[in-house]
Amino acid sequence: MSTATSTAKPNTLNTVQAVNMALDEAMGLDPNVIVLGEDVADEQEGGIAGVTKGLSTKYGKSRVRSTPISEQAIIGAAIGAAIVGMRPVAEIMLMNFTTVCMDMIVNHAAKLRFMSGGQTHVPLTIRTMTGAGFGTGGQHSDYLEAWFAHTAGIKVVAPSCPADAYGLMLSCVFDDDPCLFIENMPAYWAPGAPPEKGVRIPLGKANIVRSGGDVTVIGYSRIVSDCIAVADKLAKEKIGVEVLDLRTVSPFDEEAILNSVGKTRRAVIVHEAVTPFGVGAEIATRINKALFGKLAAPVERVGASYCPVPFSKPLETAFVPSQAQIEAAVRTVLK
Amino acid sequence: MKSVYVDIYRRMTLIKQNDERFRAVIKLGRIISPYYPVRGQEAIPAAVSANLTNDDYICTIYRGVHDMLAKGVPMRALWAEIAGKATGTCKGKGGPMHVTHPATGVMVTTGIVGSSMPIANGLALAAQIRGEKRVAVAYFGDGASNIGAFHESLNMASLWKLPVLFVCQNNGYGEHTRYELATSAAKISDRAAGYQMAGVTVDGNDPLAVYAAAKEAVERARSGGGPTLIEARTFRFFGHLLGDADNYMKKGEKEAAMANDPVPKFRAWLIANGHATEADLAAMEAGIEKEIDAAVEFALSSPNPDVAELRRDVFAHELSA
Ligand SMILES: Cc1ncc(C[n+]2csc(CCOP(=O)(O)OP(=O)(O)O)c2C)c(N)n1
Ligand SMILES: [Mg+2]
Repeated sequence: MSTATSTAKPNTLNTVQAVNMALDEAMGLDPNVIVLGEDVADEQEGGIAGVTKGLSTKYGKSRVRSTPISEQAIIGAAIGAAIVGMRPVAEIMLMNFTTVCMDMIVNHAAKLRFMSGGQTHVPLTIRTMTGAGFGTGGQHSDYLEAWFAHTAGIKVVAPSCPADAYGLMLSCVFDDDPCLFIENMPAYWAPGAPPEKGVRIPLGKANIVRSGGDVTVIGYSRIVSDCIAVADKLAKEKIGVEVLDLRTVSPFDEEAILNSVGKTRRAVIVHEAVTPFGVGAEIATRINKALFGKLAAPVERVGASYCPVPFSKPLETAFVPSQAQIEAAVRTVLK
Repeated sequence: MKSVYVDIYRRMTLIKQNDERFRAVIKLGRIISPYYPVRGQEAIPAAVSANLTNDDYICTIYRGVHDMLAKGVPMRALWAEIAGKATGTCKGKGGPMHVTHPATGVMVTTGIVGSSMPIANGLALAAQIRGEKRVAVAYFGDGASNIGAFHESLNMASLWKLPVLFVCQNNGYGEHTRYELATSAAKISDRAAGYQMAGVTVDGNDPLAVYAAAKEAVERARSGGGPTLIEARTFRFFGHLLGDADNYMKKGEKEAAMANDPVPKFRAWLIANGHATEADLAAMEAGIEKEIDAAVEFALSSPNPDVAELRRDVFAHELSA
């Protein structure tokens, strides 16, 4: 894998660098910010993609710890430290490995504030990477955000570009509730505009990345870039596609969604996770409830095929939602 | 060429030559796949498998082509799987981290660290309940011994006297983390005592030592004596994942391990002790090389799986389009 400085041109940066910058800044601001996870320290090359590179050298091995391969113990330790006032950033290398520590995340991190009647809370950020495209098959590239969004008490954040990754990461670290921060691995080295230093992007607020009056396309994480590409293509046909990047999957910005769809009367929801029981279903329901009778077409959803991520390249390509599928869904709601 | 030692050497050579070819073919871009090299760890599954039959089960991990080849998975189907082809062991749907081949007892290959062990217990439990003489082997790494599943599995296996071998291939690293930075036990086999189970550490580069330890463990398992934890010390010559830069390793460590390459060492031992002649072994190696040529050719010329495969094998019934 590449390192933090590989592909970006001057005046751009990639998500690896952006998250690294945010962590560096957060650690500089608050001694309670600690980083723990498998291979995160510099002796182990600062994470499998180099996201935490330099941090252990700068802030010391006490605050930036490479751990044993022990996901339950990693998240448990992060929770314990968090409830007494630290702000741990724990890395669960790949999203599929969260399955090994679901108890800690779902039964504990998410619920301690409520179950303790507000006496304790868990200001913990869990960083995790995922996304199909590298041929890693059924246990290394799932999008599982709906599981966590279905759990009250944990926020789910999924940036679509480097600048957002920076601003959202800073907000997660300093948020007083647990946050799951999802990084798309295949897009790690895609360059983007640099962020404004020190500026945090609020959690729970969506971002309109393309304006348009005909259809609202709602997405999050890497696939927002495909939504933008479709919007730009259709703009040439004078079809106005408004692209709404949720930034925070849960709790999501219902107001922004309803404002946009209230205007366009047509909505397409796009995510890389499989379609059934996904985030799209929740958003579609909220739209239907608020805008019933005003919609010009039923809400469309675009997601991955309903199966484990397949290994074989042609199958993997067919599994991930494509720009063609997004475009087709837009045309369907325009009919 | 009847001796068990020659048989072990054949399995080691199969692993070594296939690993060399996998790395070459993937580096050339003729197959695109993540690949976890196994060169250096040949002796362990080769010597363990010499005690097993097709009726015995294994569960292995992402770094597992050595375990699969040693257990007898046919090369063509293995190569086709890693090439993502319809003719692969799993129709190209699983890939290198998820090879399954029940005919040779390869029941599960997992990409999740620690997950081979609980499932091996289940294979052993079924054999125990049915009164079969089969044993199950769980292969895993040193890093995996720090996952809860390792401890839960050892306890259950010992409690129920399951016919299972926990074979830890301790190659000194879990990804980029050196053993002593991640593991509190001086020896992984020490952990067996906490579960009232037989535990032994052997030189994993010495096929005779691994063979003897596995033989004893298999006999114990087959005769109802319960599980064994075998820690086999070894080294992976080509890092965690193909392309790994090895910067995290101690200086000279890899070079020293490669100088102690178990394959040529065992080859020389076989000849020196009269188990085989140079000509015997050269012929065997050439034969394997030819089989690999055919397997690569077969994999590359095989068709891709049909996109309809996304709808098959999710459930017993095919999903509608
Ligand atoms: C539960 C889980 N956590 C993390 C990983 C990522 N990972 C893959 S291999 C590996 C190292 C495992 O080391 P070890 O058990 O020693 O086996 P080796 O790779 O050395 O053969 C890690 C951390 C994973 N696959 N599963
Ligand atoms: Mg290891």
